[in-house]
Amino acid sequence: MKIDHSLPSEYSTEENQLKILGFWIFLGAEIALFATLFATYFTLVDRTGNGPTGSEIFELSPVLIETFVLLTSSFTIGLGIHAMRLGNKKAMMSFFIITLLLGAGFLAVEVYEFIHYVHVGAGIQVSAFTSILLTLLGTHGAHVTLGLFWGIMILIQVKKRGLTPETTNKSFIFSLYWHFLDVVWIFIFSFVYLKGMM
Amino acid sequence: MDYFSRFAPPHSDPMIVMSQFAIVGVMIAIVAGLTYFKKWGYLWNEWLTTVDHKKIGIMYVLSALLMLFRGGADALLMRAQTAIPENGLLDGQHYNEIFTTHGVVMILFMAMPFIIGLMNVVVPLQIGARDVAFPRLNALSFWLFFFGAMLFNISFVVGGSPDSGWTAYFPLAGNEFSQSVGTNYYAIAIQIAGIGTLMTGINFIVTILKMRAPGMTMMKMPMFTWSVFITNIIIVFAFPVLTVALALMTMDRLFGTNFFTMANGGMDMLWANLFWVWGHPEVYIVVLPAFGIYSEIISTFARRNLYGYKSMVFSMVAISALSFVVWAHHFYTMGHGVMVNSIFSITTMAIAVPTGVKMFNWLFTLYKGKIEFKTPMLWAMAFIPIFLIGGVTGVMLAMASADYQYHNTMFLVAHFHYVLIPGTVFAVLAGFTYWWPKIFGFSLSEKIGKWSFWFIAISFNLAFFPMFITGLNGQARRMYTYSESTGFGPLNLLSFVGAAGLAIGFALIVYNIYWSTRYAPRHVTEDPWNARSLEWATHSPVPEYNFAITPTVSSTEAFWDAKEHGKPLFQGSYEKIHMPNNSGAPFIMGVIFFVFGFSMVFSMWTLAIISAIGIFVFMALRSFEKDHGHYISVEEVMETEKKCEVLKNEN
Repeated sequence: MKIDHSLPSEYSTEENQLKILGFWIFLGAEIALFATLFATYFTLVDRTGNGPTGSEIFELSPVLIETFVLLTSSFTIGLGIHAMRLGNKKAMMSFFIITLLLGAGFLAVEVYEFIHYVHVGAGIQVSAFTSILLTLLGTHGAHVTLGLFWGIMILIQVKKRGLTPETTNKSFIFSLYWHFLDVVWIFIFSFVYLKGMM
Repeated sequence: MDYFSRFAPPHSDPMIVMSQFAIVGVMIAIVAGLTYFKKWGYLWNEWLTTVDHKKIGIMYVLSALLMLFRGGADALLMRAQTAIPENGLLDGQHYNEIFTTHGVVMILFMAMPFIIGLMNVVVPLQIGARDVAFPRLNALSFWLFFFGAMLFNISFVVGGSPDSGWTAYFPLAGNEFSQSVGTNYYAIAIQIAGIGTLMTGINFIVTILKMRAPGMTMMKMPMFTWSVFITNIIIVFAFPVLTVALALMTMDRLFGTNFFTMANGGMDMLWANLFWVWGHPEVYIVVLPAFGIYSEIISTFARRNLYGYKSMVFSMVAISALSFVVWAHHFYTMGHGVMVNSIFSITTMAIAVPTGVKMFNWLFTLYKGKIEFKTPMLWAMAFIPIFLIGGVTGVMLAMASADYQYHNTMFLVAHFHYVLIPGTVFAVLAGFTYWWPKIFGFSLSEKIGKWSFWFIAISFNLAFFPMFITGLNGQARRMYTYSESTGFGPLNLLSFVGAAGLAIGFALIVYNIYWSTRYAPRHVTEDPWNARSLEWATHSPVPEYNFAITPTVSSTEAFWDAKEHGKPLFQGSYEKIHMPNNSGAPFIMGVIFFVFGFSMVFSMWTLAIISAIGIFVFMALRSFEKDHGHYISVEEVMETEKKCEVLKNEN
């Protein structure tokens, strides 16, 4: 394996570069996936049947907490990658752990939010609107959940094997994924909650 | 016993019972055969665990051929049923199931994998690469496709086939009107295969962008590689839409959501839109690589450079962009306004322009060429006029107001078969014949190949041209029978004769494979067609590592320039070659996905959850695995090269 030391570790082998490009293209596909879900949401948002509308069920505080927590986690993973480039394994791991904890916090609030929806009669089977609302949020939440497990695996590998071209590559790709989830959340926050509460 | 009654097909008849016995019989025969000839190890080591793009390509093509016969059997049954008025061969339900599976199998499990198989074999060779960017992912793509296809195919003997058309429109495909598990099979089997296809898309984009031989700029890539590149971009952006559509369908059917239902705000037309936002680009996913194959073949057998290389590329880019903005033309009559219909009418007709550019480019390539009518060239020559009929009737259908007359008739059926059969089937058969000697080192018989060509080309017109007429006379598609007074009888009989002729033609192709494998002369030449592009610059059959020395390229027709103008292709000396390791994980993943899909179809939640966990466990294991591949030493490379040279010089 040829290692090019003039490049950051995560880009330093040919295989690493292929993987990063491949992941960017995968994120392109993910954008298409979420775009389809958003389009479906916009189509069905007013089709509430006998169920509640968005403004009747949305609560501001859990949504604000979720937004704050997830945006912060995007910042901390950025710090983690910065520490990784400086070769500071300990700082990098700490920032990754903080990121994952924030992610878990986000999920906890989202679970509370879902229970609240079911409680106020907005379960997934109630209307077209609740179906797509919970599917859109749930798809994002499932991505965060997967990210938690993925992040834990990477942390274990960094701890065991140190900052090698392989582990830095994985960590960097994971950070791309995590930022992407943040971007999706910004769209959810703006077009689902804010628009729904107006 | 009650538990197992759910697996019985709801409309069992003698034909299905016979199929059940036949499937069990064939499986026992395969297992017995493998055991008797002690081939289990060979199968596992050489094929099931392989990550070699050439072998994966071969498996794709083999599976596609199998599916061609599955879908073909459906087609023959349909034509036989409608051959005479008020025929009693099939009942309405059985007919519905057969036209549904015919559509799904032919598009998703025949055309796509055939194309993907050829691109697997050819693209890395055309760009001078050792393999694709992610060989292990490539194997996973194949096994997901394979097990998705198998899951779909068992539906007719276990639980019942889907019966709401390959488009599965709601509300027909909802729980209310499709009560059997058939439509669950549709939603889940296609989903599994679709995940594989999406990964193929990512894999090939990276491969083509990053792994080209030195000197091969984007505008020096062979045309087939260009077509594959654009196709894979379409795959990456179109398949997620299908993923979402199928997931919502699954949730509607299994979890009682209200996306496409008729009550509680659900919107049945949303399905039609989502389906065709994927479905129309899908047409170009199977047609653009075919255009690439024809470009290679026409320039090879006309002995001329491809005319208008740049316009070929730009027309494909234009087609790929337009393919995403025409989807509503599939349902002009389903209630959007005049404005929407007009816009989609115009975008649809606009596609004829870049397609026309390509047509003229092929014609100008032929102009003043020294044309040689080998079998692949015959397919290409038949393609141009027949596809033209398909294209022109397409423009007729594109006019929204006129479409009110044609829609849902046999005219439409004739149109899209006139597009897809010359546009895809002829192309994959041409490519199959053209690249066969590249893969196996000997050519298929020209004589049998030509027989099969004439059988298929003539029978195709016999089978589908009458449908234009019966369609204009008002014969609706998907009707399992009609009365004698309609007068549709004679032309439908003619269609049946054509379908039988097609069956003979396809059987001849299989016979050709058999005959040529047994009797065709070996090691005659490594360049049987006097070809032009890079894949012919290495040995046939291709060694594991593709090229002993990475080629250096300076034109679109690197191999031709090396042969005719003495430009050196291989500079430098042998070096050790890094290759990926085989792995059983993709195959096992495929099996787990199959179990997961099956348990979802029948709502067996415990098994579904266990297998879903199994999928994630495998992903985690993969993450921890240390796999750095292996090296082929310089001595081994030299030995292999020497062997190839000796074989070449024997003749």
